[in-house]
Amino acid sequence: MSIDTPVRTPGAASSADAETTVMPPAPRRLPSAIRPGDFSSTDVALLAFSALSSFFLVWVAFYQITSLSGVLGFLVSWFVLFIAMTWISTAQVIERQVATDRVVATLVVSAAVLVVGLVLFIVLWVAYKAVPSIHWTSLFTKDQKNFQPASPNALSTVGISEAIVGTMEQVAVAALIGVPIAITTAVFLNEVKGRGVKLVRTVVTAMSGTPSVVAGVFIYSIFIIDHIMNYSGFAASLALVVILLPSVTRVVEEVLRVVPSGLREASLALGAPEWRTTWSVVLPTARSGVVTAVLLGVARIVGETAPLIFTAFGSQVMNWNVFHGAQGALPIVIYSDVRQANQSFLDLAFQAGFVLMSLVLVLFVLARLFSRVRDKDAKKRGDLPIEDDALARMFLPVPMEKSENLS
Amino acid sequence: MTSTIDRGLADGASPIGAPVPTPIVVNSEVSQPDKIYRLTAKTAGFGVLALLFLIGLFLVIGGWPAFKVAGLGFFTHSGFQTQGANPVFGVLASLVGTVEVATVAMLVGGPVAIGTALFLSEYAPRWSRRTLIALVDLAAAIPSIIYGLWAIFELQPNVVGFSTWLSRHVAFIPFFTVTSPPLNASIFIAGLVVGLMIVPIVASISREVFSLAPPGEREAALALGASRWQMIRTVVLPFGRGGMIGAIMLGLGRALEETIAVTIILGGSFSFGIHILQHGGTTISQMIASNFGSGGQLGNHVLLLAGFVLFILTMVINLAASAIVNRSRSGAGTDL
Repeated sequence: MSIDTPVRTPGAASSADAETTVMPPAPRRLPSAIRPGDFSSTDVALLAFSALSSFFLVWVAFYQITSLSGVLGFLVSWFVLFIAMTWISTAQVIERQVATDRVVATLVVSAAVLVVGLVLFIVLWVAYKAVPSIHWTSLFTKDQKNFQPASPNALSTVGISEAIVGTMEQVAVAALIGVPIAITTAVFLNEVKGRGVKLVRTVVTAMSGTPSVVAGVFIYSIFIIDHIMNYSGFAASLALVVILLPSVTRVVEEVLRVVPSGLREASLALGAPEWRTTWSVVLPTARSGVVTAVLLGVARIVGETAPLIFTAFGSQVMNWNVFHGAQGALPIVIYSDVRQANQSFLDLAFQAGFVLMSLVLVLFVLARLFSRVRDKDAKKRGDLPIEDDALARMFLPVPMEKSENLS
Repeated sequence: MTSTIDRGLADGASPIGAPVPTPIVVNSEVSQPDKIYRLTAKTAGFGVLALLFLIGLFLVIGGWPAFKVAGLGFFTHSGFQTQGANPVFGVLASLVGTVEVATVAMLVGGPVAIGTALFLSEYAPRWSRRTLIALVDLAAAIPSIIYGLWAIFELQPNVVGFSTWLSRHVAFIPFFTVTSPPLNASIFIAGLVVGLMIVPIVASISREVFSLAPPGEREAALALGASRWQMIRTVVLPFGRGGMIGAIMLGLGRALEETIAVTIILGGSFSFGIHILQHGGTTISQMIASNFGSGGQLGNHVLLLAGFVLFILTMVINLAASAIVNRSRSGAGTDL
């Protein structure tokens, strides 16, 4: 808010002026206007004292009188009172409009701090809970075949390698099936066009809102109920494709849209056939964007749990064959161990959570790096980079049409 | 290109009597490889369409036997008694629970998300924006099983005390009365986690819509002496209203479908009522996930039918929300 910062003549300078040159009268000070962007020591004091007094009020009124139990309740009532007190005191000391402005700012900042804080907290919390009990070598090399949860050193002989292998295979197969279809669909929506584009686009949007549990039940009802296929990693992959397909399609379509049409026209004008234009001009130009889309799509499905319990089913022993037999997966380990009473199970659940979270983080960071590459490319070419929103959209059922004149 | 032009010029410049330049035939027909290319792309596109259709179809086919047994009673009964001579099952409690969880989630997560969106688009310093947006996006990338894990070990122990206090002192609101303790594994706690999970969805769309508010109007408001909040209230929020509503509806779609985090929290009793603070309650997705495989042949059909109900519910809400967001992004309906 550089505009709002008032230009204040420092008091020392003006008095020095008055001493040396007597003739021109000292510049008359205008009464300083109240500017909402200002943040002086008064404001800090107001906030600090509101926080303090509300703290003690909550402590006395709620904690002592109504026996409020728990840290959370205390924090919530403290915050509510703090907001109220900030408004009242600012309205008294400065003005009501300023008070409202300030309270809104406080609320908005608190919301953001809460969200960002919780995200960081959850990520670190999983690591904090998992790391102390990890036996690194057994975790990645052993399966849960010989799990004796009662023994004190149970975790040194078991690991979740079967779940890691299962997740990797399922996700890899899902990506191998889903990504080509998604890219082809995006090419249809943005390059080939023709009748039905609008319908397909709506369907893709609708599909990205498909409940993940429904994706699992769907595959289950087609293949497994009728014994066409038994529980297997491949069935899980198919369920994951249902989730992967729409989200990757949407982002790739958006990436293709920012490929300058001049490149396409140049290629076509040189006599290249359409498929060649798409293959050798459009897709390579959008390469890093497509990679981002794929990475985020994989990050999205790697943690899906609901579809897996109907399809991969989970297994405690290593099963390398993705096409046959029940297979473990990281989310299933967490899901089945989290409600066990035994500490060894819980430790294992946390460790699986830690591995899963690390996978997601690596994919997320890689995707960000690739999108940054794209941003630079785009700047070099002089056209607009895709906004970060495109990345978030991977996880969201947001519509794809975006008006050109506003973006 | 150059060669054809050269040829043309050379022909034209040749002395009289030379053969008339042959016109260049432009073949406007689509070549064979291009036909294949177009067909492939079209097949993929319509394949996706067919897939969605198939999902709906198979859920209907799979759920039909259950519907034949229960009829419309499926919507007025609750429970999952599929074995024996007199099966009793239905989604009433689950439907009510789904709505309750989603309501709590929206009431808690909605304002927080809008606040976060406002912070990102209006308040955050420019240098921090990219990082903060990445962090909020990361909230969408965290798997829901991790949220569930966090909720049951970290959130629940902290919330139970708060729930107790609410039930003791705010019980004049009927939702907060408690008829049967304990207060863990409640709809309220499930709603809180889901509320956190929808924040990135609502925040990222709202932020985008907010940042599209015209700078001219913003500056005009500020120049007229409006405070930042007054500017937001008179320019940003009215401009972004449609998008905000759409964003909240998309969040609602997400809240309705959330499975694993809710399943981990809720015990899954088919009791239902408005007492959201106490133990028990169920949602459709929770019913599907936790009763899977336990109901025999009929049980499978019941779960598929429940899946169909959920499928239709989320589909309708998502499509409506998408339409609203789209309209808002195109700027329609915001003319002054």
